[in-house]
Amino acid sequence: MGLRELFVQKDFVVTTEIPPPKGVNAASSLDIAKKILRRVDGINVTDNQRGIMRMCSLAFSHLLKEIGHNPIMQVCTRDRNRLALQSDILGAGALGIENICIMTGDHPKLGDHPDAKPVFDLDSIQLIKVIKELETGVCMSGKRLESSAKFFVGGVVNPFFEPFELELIKIKKKIDAGAEFFQTQPFFDKESLEKFLEEVRGLNTKFLIGISPIKSVKMINFLNEKVLTKKIPENISKRIETAENQTEEGIRIAAEFIREIKGMVRSIHIMPIGIESYLPYLLDEAGL
Amino acid sequence: MIITKQKDFDELLGMMDGQDSVFIVGCGECATTCRTGGEKEVGEMSVKLTEKGKTVTGTVVINAPCLELDTRRVLRQNKDAVEKTEAILVLACGAGVQAVAEAVDCSVYPGLDSLFLGNVFRHQHFYEKCSTCGECVIGSYGGICPVTRCSKSLLNGPCGGSVKGMCEVDNKKECVWIAIYDRMKKSNTIDRLSKILPAKRHSAGTIPGRVINGA
Repeated sequence: MGLRELFVQKDFVVTTEIPPPKGVNAASSLDIAKKILRRVDGINVTDNQRGIMRMCSLAFSHLLKEIGHNPIMQVCTRDRNRLALQSDILGAGALGIENICIMTGDHPKLGDHPDAKPVFDLDSIQLIKVIKELETGVCMSGKRLESSAKFFVGGVVNPFFEPFELELIKIKKKIDAGAEFFQTQPFFDKESLEKFLEEVRGLNTKFLIGISPIKSVKMINFLNEKVLTKKIPENISKRIETAENQTEEGIRIAAEFIREIKGMVRSIHIMPIGIESYLPYLLDEAGL
Repeated sequence: MIITKQKDFDELLGMMDGQDSVFIVGCGECATTCRTGGEKEVGEMSVKLTEKGKTVTGTVVINAPCLELDTRRVLRQNKDAVEKTEAILVLACGAGVQAVAEAVDCSVYPGLDSLFLGNVFRHQHFYEKCSTCGECVIGSYGGICPVTRCSKSLLNGPCGGSVKGMCEVDNKKECVWIAIYDRMKKSNTIDRLSKILPAKRHSAGTIPGRVINGA
């Protein structure tokens, strides 16, 4: 069953993400995926996330599909122009990859190839619109395709962007362009989530609420300085700091948070950045 | 104006390796304002190259080296020094360097790196606000250019990387989308931002540019 149908059929949709390997052998990444088979509804396959070069999301999405997973192919607009983006989307269609999550992508200067040419030929909204046009059998230049496929296209949201009105304008434009679901950046406290849900109330779309287990004090510092506008709650920082095993404590905190918000939202997206092997443990702890 | 910075001196020496004589050309306009290729910098470069054993056959600061016919005329006026040299070092933007190269047969080297088309805010404060993309879209963004001032040239709003109003690429630079938002709020035109704006027509700015009016 596709992710679109799962959103209709299931009360609670759970997706996660596994990055493709930095190499040609995907065995260890696929081993992690196998351990969570039938326990998650979709696996987001990152596209050179943080600008760090890895195997392409198209190939790894295909490999996940082969072992029975429901891949969500991430496509960022950083590295490819409109020709390359459209041809990859057609490739996904040919391989039966239906779910596509579009984002701008981190600037190459932040990644492991800082001297790369930043492409950004299209922005995320324009690309979502182009994919919906490809579905109708027409490419961006107006030329007809010989065949086409249906996609389930989503985007990403930064709930912490200020002024939020500007983010809201962008969310609405993505919906107008054809986005049907959104993955959010991770939440770490219920109050921020409640505020966000209030702000997006009435929008006819699906939000996969981001959950990210904190693996170390270092990660807290990074999130506080570089990502979040509201700091990680004091009680969480304290628990991580004093834990015997910081990663395991982070998993338990994330699991507790999932249980806490389960009644408030209909879908979550777990981002276990760098600790994908803990996914089965996290799902166990969260009762999923 | 074109904003420039001087190249590393060792890089310059490397380019001129094996050539002992050099003529130095400066720029009386942009490079003078940037303090990278005016009278003073040309004089300093002459001293440094002499110290490294080069023979400086002469120097000249051309009013605007990018005016090609003027550059040819000035180089003709300095014919003796130019004919004696194996290399010309040009302390001007890439346009000036190539104007010189078109006028002579000897080796021509850039002494500067050309950075951007810049606005001068105050003394030695330069900001890039236009990247001469070939099709101006500023009218849709409250008078501010996201093509140039957003590090990803996004046309439909900010990326998710902006934190506390600053750009993800450089936290000393403000996210231009905040400025666009503020201006469009003030002018009561924020609704216009709700429209999906189309992808840029890069064909409008295909390089190399060429305009011949009246032809």
